[in-house]
Amino acid sequence: MSIKFEKVGYTYSPDSPLEKLGLQDVSFELQDGSFTAIVGHTGSGKSTLMQHFNALLKPTVGQIEIADTLITPETTNKQLKNLRRHVSLVFQFPEAQLFENTVLDDIAFGPKNFGYSEEKAKESAQFWLTRVGLPSEIGERSPFELSGGQMRRVAIAGVMAYEPDILCLDEPAAGLDPRARQQMMNLFVDYQKEGHTVILVTHNMDDVVNYADDVLVMENGRLIKHDSPAEVFQNPEWLRQHYLEEPKASLFASQLHNFSFTKQPLTKSDLIKELEQNIKG
Amino acid sequence: MSKILIGRYIAGDSLVYRMDPRGKLLATIAFILLIFLANNPITYLIVTFFSLLAVLATGLKPKIFWDGVKPMIWLIMFTSLLQLFFTVGGQVYWQWGIFVVSSYGITNAIFIFIRFTVIILISTVMTVTTMPLEIADAIEWLLLPLKLFRVPVDKIALVMSIALRFVPTLFDETLKIMNAQRSRGADFNNGGLVTRAKAITPLLVPLFISSLETAIDLSTAMESRGYRGDQGRTKFRILKWSKFDLINLVYFILLTALLIIFRTH
Repeated sequence: MSIKFEKVGYTYSPDSPLEKLGLQDVSFELQDGSFTAIVGHTGSGKSTLMQHFNALLKPTVGQIEIADTLITPETTNKQLKNLRRHVSLVFQFPEAQLFENTVLDDIAFGPKNFGYSEEKAKESAQFWLTRVGLPSEIGERSPFELSGGQMRRVAIAGVMAYEPDILCLDEPAAGLDPRARQQMMNLFVDYQKEGHTVILVTHNMDDVVNYADDVLVMENGRLIKHDSPAEVFQNPEWLRQHYLEEPKASLFASQLHNFSFTKQPLTKSDLIKELEQNIKG
Repeated sequence: MSKILIGRYIAGDSLVYRMDPRGKLLATIAFILLIFLANNPITYLIVTFFSLLAVLATGLKPKIFWDGVKPMIWLIMFTSLLQLFFTVGGQVYWQWGIFVVSSYGITNAIFIFIRFTVIILISTVMTVTTMPLEIADAIEWLLLPLKLFRVPVDKIALVMSIALRFVPTLFDETLKIMNAQRSRGADFNNGGLVTRAKAITPLLVPLFISSLETAIDLSTAMESRGYRGDQGRTKFRILKWSKFDLINLVYFILLTALLIIFRTH
């Protein structure tokens, strides 16, 4: 089930006056069960890259190996349903995808499409409704009566309900309050711990250092760095050059001139440990 | 946001692009009417020459114009062939049942062919070099006299420009929802008519909801900025008469004069 991109390039509307380069020469390999973050500033090709994971976009050059499927520029749409059962995408503001009469029906839409029986789909919908932190009474209500945050959870449950092996998320916590954000991220970490692969597109560097074990940095449609968070955030100068923020903990640490750090703290707990050591002397 | 062609505007910067959209719109209409002044080989040659010159003045690749003619080529051929085989008069070269090829037929077929192609070429020049919003502005200006009859021209214009403005937004939204539902295993391209019609519900419902939401947001935003839409509203894009429009005008006076002089009376 590993993910392997080989010299993948993508051009929007080729041979037309609107031709635009989306991706160029992107090669990398992701491990099973990893939590990978994709970062880069707006227009760097993150979303284009993400849509390649389940072949919503097919590469114009190069090839992709993902979930035992080989995607080349020649792959036809017929071969892709099985891939999409294993690799699932949650887009930004996924609440826009809700359409069914009741919350449960909406969550069951994906499972039914991927061959779950009516009964099993309902069961799975019920399970994931509570798993995303919603009370089960909500299940019979119309999704359009819910609050924005609840709709978001329903939409995410709708994607997780057929338990894809690889879950790709584009800013899933954008616009949520801090507590909901935390719950959401914990949900994805737990999902990863159960043996699934999670890929997160985000602007929030704290989420990257807190949850990811692997980082892809995109710029102008190219992959400019693929490394662990510790390596990526090691050099503030490099980050600034590529319009990336530093995590809050390392920003905080860099303002403390009288302290010495054995290694640059990236997360809050790292920072606290380092500070304790400094104070104890 | 991805860039989508609404209408067929292609960004560029040549003589034709700098002309006032009102002038271009009037010129296009005038050209289409003027073509009917042509009635002999010389005048048709003049019309062809002037339209090709206009195409050249856009500074765009010929392929763009060929793409404009292509979808209509069969219709043009069909009409020309009808003229060729059914026009009686002049010298008859060939006859079989009701089909006649005569000298009148041949010239008529060629004239019809030129007339069609030139109309398409000239409207392509207009649509390719003028942004849809500019066309809307031009139409608004043309409708202004109707204000005397209490026609709400400014409201019509607003509706036109909002509709045009939201075509790409709606398109983006459709694409986004389609992608989201595809990821959930929806299939929009396979199955019979009924299956496909059913498959479209997961697309239509969210699309309706998001358009309504966009509409409500837009009206709230407009009201909170004090939009009233009636008198005294100034324009962001001010249309101005420039030397390029003078070129446009002279071009048409010349064309009209030549056509009137050389046509058979």
